[in-house]
Amino acid sequence: MEAVIFYVFGAALIAAGVGVVTSRNPVHSAMFLVLAFVTSAFLWMLLEAEFLAIVLVLVYVGAVMVLFLFVVMMLDVKIEQARAGFTRYAPLGIAVVLIIVAQLGYVVWARTQEMSFLQAPPRADAGFSNTELLGSQLYTDYAYPFELAAVILLVAIVAAIALTMRKRPGLKVQDVAKQVQVRREDRVRLVSMDAEKGE
Amino acid sequence: MIGVAHYLTLAGLLFTLSVAGIFLNRKNVIILLMCIELMLLAVNFNFITLSRFLGDPAGQVFVFFILTVAAAESAIGLAILVVLFRSRRSINVEELDSMKG
Repeated sequence: MEAVIFYVFGAALIAAGVGVVTSRNPVHSAMFLVLAFVTSAFLWMLLEAEFLAIVLVLVYVGAVMVLFLFVVMMLDVKIEQARAGFTRYAPLGIAVVLIIVAQLGYVVWARTQEMSFLQAPPRADAGFSNTELLGSQLYTDYAYPFELAAVILLVAIVAAIALTMRKRPGLKVQDVAKQVQVRREDRVRLVSMDAEKGE
Repeated sequence: MIGVAHYLTLAGLLFTLSVAGIFLNRKNVIILLMCIELMLLAVNFNFITLSRFLGDPAGQVFVFFILTVAAAESAIGLAILVVLFRSRRSINVEELDSMKG
């Protein structure tokens, strides 16, 4: 059963990866990337990393990919122009990929004999909480890196807003400070006049 | 029986696929960013696999931090891309040569 799930979702993951790399339209690429994230979330559940699987779906599919789609649709990219060099670099790409496949394959194959002691541990029982385990690690041993991660996210927010914010010329806006600072003497002038008689 | 080698092979295939994507789509910055996300996913896959097979939760903690940094990176990368498109009207990599010496 585990093998069936692994092969089905593994094939879907590889197919989604091929789709990301080869589709003509960036929107389709983003959709294939969503598929890749969802299938790997399933495979991570098979590896008993439930918390990270949910985080992957929530953060990546829910936030990062929506951001990607938003940007893809905001910038109307000319697809033909963007695809111009696709076949030109294909031989180099294929050569590099074959080299990397050979290297990774050799490492995995050569180490598999040594890794035979790495048998899958028995499944955790139903009451086991992966989230609790991760939380107890994060808030004790990794408390300082955890806070650094929070600072990195804050810096990312500030940087993204600062980069994309712009002042348009000719835009009418209120200056709240000036509005608050205004005094009566600046706006109202009391004039004393003699009463006039009607003719 | 699915062992550690199966998962490592799957992650390796995913990684090489995204390297191929960077070579094939060198014009479009958005697809380059997506390929980088795919690479990070493959690396996370290795971390989680070895975390399970070694019985050490530290691998999952690392994946947590990688996810954080990757989210920050893609947010800033897309912001840069938007600014770039606004000023150059193009995100073609070959036209972005204004810093050429």
